[in-house]
Amino acid sequence: MSVASAAYPVAEQPLDAESVRRDFPILARNINGKPLVYLDSAASSQQPLPVMRAVERYETHSHANVHRGVHTLSQEATDAFEGARDRVRRFVNAASTREIVFVRGTTEAVNLVAQSYVRPSFVPGDEILITALEHHANIVPWQLVCAQSGCTLKVAPIDKKGELLFDEYIELLSPRTRLVAMAHVSNALGTVLPVKRMIAAAHEHGARVLVDGAQAVPHSRVDVRALDADFYAFSSHKLYGPTGIGVLYARAELLESMPPWQGGGDMIRTVTFEASTYNDLPWKFEAGTPHISGAVGLAAAIDYVEALGLDAIAAHEQRLLKLATAELSRIRGVQIIGTAAHKAAVVSFTMSGVHPHDIGTILDTEGIAIRTGHHCAMPVMDFFGVAATARASFGCYSTADDVARLACAVERVREVFA
Amino acid sequence: MDLKDLYRDVILDHNRRPRNFGRLDPSDAQAEGHNPLCGDRLSVFVRLNGDRIEDVHFEGKGCAISTASASLMTEAVKGKSRAAVDEIFERVHTLLTRQDAPPSQDLGKLAALSGVREYPARVKCATLCWHTLNAALQNGATVTTE
Repeated sequence: MSVASAAYPVAEQPLDAESVRRDFPILARNINGKPLVYLDSAASSQQPLPVMRAVERYETHSHANVHRGVHTLSQEATDAFEGARDRVRRFVNAASTREIVFVRGTTEAVNLVAQSYVRPSFVPGDEILITALEHHANIVPWQLVCAQSGCTLKVAPIDKKGELLFDEYIELLSPRTRLVAMAHVSNALGTVLPVKRMIAAAHEHGARVLVDGAQAVPHSRVDVRALDADFYAFSSHKLYGPTGIGVLYARAELLESMPPWQGGGDMIRTVTFEASTYNDLPWKFEAGTPHISGAVGLAAAIDYVEALGLDAIAAHEQRLLKLATAELSRIRGVQIIGTAAHKAAVVSFTMSGVHPHDIGTILDTEGIAIRTGHHCAMPVMDFFGVAATARASFGCYSTADDVARLACAVERVREVFA
Repeated sequence: MDLKDLYRDVILDHNRRPRNFGRLDPSDAQAEGHNPLCGDRLSVFVRLNGDRIEDVHFEGKGCAISTASASLMTEAVKGKSRAAVDEIFERVHTLLTRQDAPPSQDLGKLAALSGVREYPARVKCATLCWHTLNAALQNGATVTTE
């Protein structure tokens, strides 16, 4: 199927994973003599041909620097880059491209908000509230800025299913809370947080809200205005796009009030040795030459998932999640970590008497790629009393056969460690 | 790659029943090792008699390779002088990292770790205990495999 040119959502058909797989050349690889089963999309998803072709077309045909020269290529590159920005705007339903800042990824987006929104204006006594299931990228930037500004980091707890304790979250909100930062979907556990309700409650207390959407955008439609998010961050490479590019959505009024984060070319209007004036939104936050081809690839990836249909992708992945949960639970000694009622397509698990790294190595010899370790979420591991888990995560190209091979290989682990 | 080359019976046995496991009290030196990649931590405790390691224990949580390597290490270094420990580590390191390493002689059960070199991502699992032991012998500290 060709989905490269479909720029708008079409009536959604159930997802045909076999046909989707033909768009992802890497899935035809053999690893250690076995056909690859790629179950690490939550770490980084693979890229479909239309994304790689869009990047290639840009690089071979239209590359130059953006927002500079009057020559044709520079204009074409600028059109491609700014066209990608508008594609992102429509994808998350932002009101204006002024609210779409290109960054390196989710991590950089969070750091930008910490340094440019929090640092200049938060004072001792102010609080930043996060949850207990955050990725390090949504913890450490706040710790850094707390040390710089004297504000305090608070953590809303979770329960043994990996669900937020909503009442305790509400209890932690107060007039001192100036910012709430939470994952939309937990990368380590798959828990989908009730972000809309969380945002509404935070706003009642006058706090602004940042949502780390890295694990959400590949699996669901995200509408930043319906969520009423103040900041929403995500990465391209978990959305079937290239690495090195991501997005910070932020309300224009907030971006207007924030000083630039990094200084350099492109973000200025005038420069003298005495003072400089800054560019308009969103370029005020984009110092230096951006990752132009990355933005082009991200736009193509958005075209791709919208042509497949995010609802169809979600339904497909939910079937696999259910199947994988059932298959793995049947294996002796396997325990699923993270059993929230509302989960994205991530299964974190442990096996009694076997360390996740050994599971990962044995699965790799079977051609199966999973993530093992702490998933950049050490506090989550501490909460569940484990050093690490094995994590299988699914994408639009995952199949029931992948799940069967996973279950079979995990059985094999049991045999090796019998 | 044959899994049996990595997970040899000796490795599986020492993983299941690690020797010299648990704190050593009293001890003359101890150190903590940390593998930030996987979050594994282990502690090594040493009791010295002059230049000799009179007793050595370890504790912590790790994968089969790291647990078995630590267990095998404690057996191998007990009663040895510091110089002898350095020499054994040198040979274990060669065994773990050099594809062309000659068949190991005199390494005894430690030779069971040779399969690890086919799995570069796992070499640090096997060396963590040795770096930690070295740190303990040099006055105790926290080491990481980074």
